[in-house]
Amino acid sequence: MAPALCAICKTARALIKRPKNHTKLCKSCFITIFEDEVHHTITSSQLFYPGEKVAIGASGGKDSTVLASVLKTLNERHGYGLELVLLSIDEGIRGYRDDSLETVKKNAAQYDMPLLVVGYDELYGWTMDQVVETIGKKGNCTYCGVFRRQALDRGAKMLGIRHVVTGHNADDVAETVLMNLLRGDLSRLSRSTSIVTGDNKSEVKRSKPLKYSYEKEIVLYAHHKKLEYFSTECIYSPEAFRGSARTLIKQLERVRPSAILDIVRSGEDMARLVPGESASSCGGCKSKTETPVAVLEDDVGGCGSSNGRTPGGEMAAMDKQLRENEEAEGLEVDITKLVLEGKNGQREKRDKPTTRQVLGKCQRCGYMSSQDICQACTLLEGLNKNRPQIQI
Amino acid sequence: MADSTEVPIRESETPTISIAVDFYGGLHTLFGKGQHKLAIPAADKSGNPATIGFLVTHLCETKMNDPRTELFVLDGHIRPGILVLINEADWELEGEEAYEIQSGDNIVFVSTLHGG
Repeated sequence: MAPALCAICKTARALIKRPKNHTKLCKSCFITIFEDEVHHTITSSQLFYPGEKVAIGASGGKDSTVLASVLKTLNERHGYGLELVLLSIDEGIRGYRDDSLETVKKNAAQYDMPLLVVGYDELYGWTMDQVVETIGKKGNCTYCGVFRRQALDRGAKMLGIRHVVTGHNADDVAETVLMNLLRGDLSRLSRSTSIVTGDNKSEVKRSKPLKYSYEKEIVLYAHHKKLEYFSTECIYSPEAFRGSARTLIKQLERVRPSAILDIVRSGEDMARLVPGESASSCGGCKSKTETPVAVLEDDVGGCGSSNGRTPGGEMAAMDKQLRENEEAEGLEVDITKLVLEGKNGQREKRDKPTTRQVLGKCQRCGYMSSQDICQACTLLEGLNKNRPQIQI
Repeated sequence: MADSTEVPIRESETPTISIAVDFYGGLHTLFGKGQHKLAIPAADKSGNPATIGFLVTHLCETKMNDPRTELFVLDGHIRPGILVLINEADWELEGEEAYEIQSGDNIVFVSTLHGG
């Protein structure tokens, strides 16, 4: 059969079929439209302000590599005036992170961006290798996830930066939406769909500019632009590959590629119904981002961009979180009421943010936390108790 | 599926076609290395021209040195989340598993499943 031509330029051979709308595109039109769409997300959500210092959470993997490349391109093309920095976390996993850090170092040189590497050892006194030695491989992803989240924020603070961008993509968000729906965790559903978490009260805000980008297109973008990225699974979570929510998402995509963005949109729509929280939406440009009070415990699941890929430890963390959320129970009833009653006085009364989200400081490390003792310190306490036994 | 070729093919003198097969995104670990130059049978056992579907089975049987075949193939098909490029084009534009492989083709498998 004759090769299909690009739907935009109508001259070059089509190489890409876009999952979201089946458009057939040539290489250069695809690269342009991919970048344009990220630009649209950034401008319609007003993610940045001119002169802002932004740290890119860089793992050396495909998502953060593409994010760094696209942000550099857009920053120069559209004059965002951003000061971009790469921020990498060294979990201390020999044979895994030290290799991927090499990739990040190459990226830093290629993109001419400064790089800061923060180690778990300097932040917590433990490398992941030591954690695994102590507690075994089961559940270690929970530690890694909790530590990483703070590590990015702390690293940003060290650099005097108040904004961290991560490479979370549409597949990641869809996966999280499904998992939070199944858990009935409304408040997390809301957070996971919003493009920005954290607000003026928190020291560091987070955002995900690739939130509407398909993982498939991210990989194709990297492939066609010949970007170098690192793709070896973490040695401590080989099973993470089989995360069932992830598998489901990929199977849905195979049957109906638009399913991924449909789930993201549905998640946003449902999140909008959660009292006291709101999610931003870029697509229709309906609402200006109204950032929920934030949220230290996102990404507890660990493994970078992939909440759902970790079995075991994550369930325990989820259970804990759910117990803490008990008081949100009443909200379930409210939603039906709110929908029925529309925007009357009742709504305002109920729309107050839930008390659970009030930000305080960890009594131990002084780091921002919604509980007296932050999750990292709680985990560290357990680890430190075990240390003497191990060293015998 | 295309019509089967008229010429009967005997095992001993099966003609082959030369192709390049590349693995990216972590898949190279299942196949020992990323770049492979291969001569694959031009037809399957029933004499049908070699397709991508045939290639996938052939790769599993002859080139994979890892017991975890489910990381590449699920239920007899390429695992969802692995992209296939035929001469740089998305295989969805080329007929997917039914695409008949031509001599000199470059087939690329890229996993999207590894962490980012």
